[in-house]
Amino acid sequence: MNASLDSRTPAPAPQAAPEAALPRQTEALRLRLAELRGPETAPYPLDARALAALAANPGCRRRALLDGAGVDKAALARAIGSPATFGQSQFAFVRGNAFEARVGADAGAELVRLLVETHRDVAAPGPEGVSVPDLTATGQAARAARTRLALTEAFTADRWSLLFHPMVTLDVAGAPAHLEPDVVAVGPDGHCTVVEIKSFPVVDGSADAAKVGAAARQAAVYALALGRLAERIDGPEPSHRGAPRGTDRIRPTALLVCPRDFSNLPTGEPVDIRKQLAVTRRQLARLTRIEEIAASLPEGTTFDLRPAADGTATRPVDELVHAVESVGASYSPECLAACELAIHCRSRSRGSGAVEALGRSVRGELGGLTTVESVLLAAAGTQGDETDPAVSSLRRAAALRAEALAGETPCH
Amino acid sequence: MSLMTTLARMEAVAAGRAQPAATVRHRHLSARPMALVPLTTAGEAGAPLGALVGTDRDAPRLLVVPQPRDRDLRFAFLAGLADAVLPYLEGYADGVETEERKETDPETGKKVPVEVELCADAPQLLVPGAGGVEFVRLLGRSMRFRRTAEQDPQAPYPAPPHVPLLGRWLTHCAERARVPGSSMLLSMTDLLARHWATGQSGLEDQHLGALLAWIDPPVGESGADAALRVELERFPDAASSGEQAGLLRHPPSGPATDPVFDNRLLAPAMARFDAARSAVERRDAERRIRELVASQLEPAWQLLWRGVDLLRKLPEGGHVADRWKRDRWSYTGHRDRVRAGEPPQPKRDDAVTAAQKLASRETAQARLEAQEALDDPLVMAARRLAGEAFAGEVTEVVMARSEGRRPMPRPLVTVRTDDRPHVNDGVRVFRVLGDKVQSAEFVAYEPDGIVLRLTGGMGQGKEPKPGSVPEEGDRLCWTLFEHAPRGGPALPDPEATPWTHGGPPPEGTLVADAPDPPTDEDLL
Repeated sequence: MNASLDSRTPAPAPQAAPEAALPRQTEALRLRLAELRGPETAPYPLDARALAALAANPGCRRRALLDGAGVDKAALARAIGSPATFGQSQFAFVRGNAFEARVGADAGAELVRLLVETHRDVAAPGPEGVSVPDLTATGQAARAARTRLALTEAFTADRWSLLFHPMVTLDVAGAPAHLEPDVVAVGPDGHCTVVEIKSFPVVDGSADAAKVGAAARQAAVYALALGRLAERIDGPEPSHRGAPRGTDRIRPTALLVCPRDFSNLPTGEPVDIRKQLAVTRRQLARLTRIEEIAASLPEGTTFDLRPAADGTATRPVDELVHAVESVGASYSPECLAACELAIHCRSRSRGSGAVEALGRSVRGELGGLTTVESVLLAAAGTQGDETDPAVSSLRRAAALRAEALAGETPCH
Repeated sequence: MSLMTTLARMEAVAAGRAQPAATVRHRHLSARPMALVPLTTAGEAGAPLGALVGTDRDAPRLLVVPQPRDRDLRFAFLAGLADAVLPYLEGYADGVETEERKETDPETGKKVPVEVELCADAPQLLVPGAGGVEFVRLLGRSMRFRRTAEQDPQAPYPAPPHVPLLGRWLTHCAERARVPGSSMLLSMTDLLARHWATGQSGLEDQHLGALLAWIDPPVGESGADAALRVELERFPDAASSGEQAGLLRHPPSGPATDPVFDNRLLAPAMARFDAARSAVERRDAERRIRELVASQLEPAWQLLWRGVDLLRKLPEGGHVADRWKRDRWSYTGHRDRVRAGEPPQPKRDDAVTAAQKLASRETAQARLEAQEALDDPLVMAARRLAGEAFAGEVTEVVMARSEGRRPMPRPLVTVRTDDRPHVNDGVRVFRVLGDKVQSAEFVAYEPDGIVLRLTGGMGQGKEPKPGSVPEEGDRLCWTLFEHAPRGGPALPDPEATPWTHGGPPPEGTLVADAPDPPTDEDLL
């Protein structure tokens, strides 16, 4: 298992043009991915949430390919008749935006206050104030270029800089993903902090662990991408004492900004993301190369929905399902909350009797038995090798269960 | 997941309906529980949108917040909730019995028996899912520090009467719900999933409708199909189903709502409410929101009571009453604290209280595991599979005595078993003997079974009490775990908190936490 991402970056010398900073994508692969997506279709952006979900299930070739090719999975799922169960309520959307606007108001003064409050080693901004560069531009590439320029400037400026909605890129399984962190704060000492603004509350200093975990995984994706960018800006020289360079610029703690208690006032909590960073880095490196997956598909496979003028898919469902099924998936119930195609994958997984449909942990005790049928046959004693420890425990379990249900043994 | 549960789930897949995961009911079910089905506003964690509440399944009380951003409307909701819930919660305070308890006499330092009050019964709150329990905790936290006009005439936004008191009670229920085996506040999905194994994953079992479809599918439909339908089915296009097009046919059981419902129906209705100029318009808009919220709540209300019906059919486990008595003690204790005028529960526990809670929950967990196994052969079967218990037939009993000045009977008993317990030298095992526990220790593995030396339960005499020594042919079940595990050593008083844990609290800090400062954009 070699780190395919790491082997591509960093480049030996700082690159001049920002475009060259983008991961090199061969023309052939680009064409192939466009063909998979449908030549008329704009690629669906791959965001940090999707990346974090992908990193959580690195063995899923289907998700890697569809995300890498920029296929709109939600539309695809609708077209094959298994729409996703999750959506966003406009109340949540409005609330999230309102809170973020509030946190960023006043040129980020509140944010810097939270940063200084939660990090002991950072200095409060002096009279020179906080610089908030304008990062607006048309197109992802142009925005990424602006971000790079602004970051280069912020590294050398002896003052606080806040980059609101910068755009950074990360090479994911051979295709570039454009990511948009909420805020990146650069301190006067040249250190960067990823700031995640979330609208779930922190009540009495504690918040929903699942939501904090998701935010940390997302922040780790941003930190990883920022680290790569900082490396390209600074070049390969290692850090000297007191003057961080490259990936050392990125703080291993992200700042999570949430509403406090039952109010709309922001509160900041530093979240250690070292573990998530390591996991994300490793999982992304493990992602099967999209090129390889694409090459393994039958000739002419495409996920093109051929949308009509009103956006409805005109492609026959059979064809689409066939295309989806030509790439292997690795389904587990956790997918239901993270992937638009999960309902489809679940019905396939259940249909084939895969044991993972009951939960990822189920596999552990079942050894080589991978289907519900084989497990039940082994338990009934009609199939399976008695010397296999998994089979013999299953038989004992089945015998004990039958005995208990028949009321034959007292429990005391 | 244990292999036993995995197997049960797979049997459920093959059978197309849920399989038993217990043969008795392991939780107390009140004769008159109060059901509470709350809904929250998406994105505003904790801002209530509405609730159905009551003890009569045919006459629930509907409470709705037409605009969750409006403080007065939220307060009206909370006042309504206090009105519906508080009489029920406090209704058990006066029916008491007396119990004798040993307490240390402050003057002599001796343990003396004292008569104390114990409430004869306690309230029980049922919510549809784990999210409901969390919501009760959040509601409790948001209410208990509020000040009413009576308590503090200067309060900028005084809470309606009884709201802080309800907050304290809900906090108590939510805190109690963290104790393993407690039954004061229960989630229906957890309750059902404890007693039945479905052919889907634990994550999917969080959907109350799907879970019930597996356990009790409609006639002529498999549980798997019914669960899938309940989980995914949406109303077809606008032509045939009108405004409900695209909505889930079986709305989720809260506290979160279906986003499609929010976007298509609720948001426009709230916009109309906000735009209402006259009292008539406002009343119409409010009625519309009430109808909408009720349409999302009622299915969950029905499901919850269906769950109660199913659970009532199971016989109660033998130790359930013992655990419910501990809930009654906790209820009585909280009643006394409220009556004594103590301040609300703090925002954060001090070190000693936190350690105490943790220790008591660990003890409760160990006790629950032991009691469930003793009450239920199916649970015991899982422990036997794990090597933590064994059952078998007595093949030989040899009388023996201990050495020492006063030899005591220590008979050797050989038990033939097919189980594979993890026993070796010196391991103690236990079995139920009448209403007591008999202990023994492992001696040796022999070709025809496991040899044990009985070490207790035979009385103080030279000869064992009649019936206390098993005979050849008896079928026994021995456990490697204690039947009544006790907690660890006592913890110091808060005033003696060691420096490693922050030291004793400074003088004068034992006052109540301040209420949350009101801001213009509060959510609760």
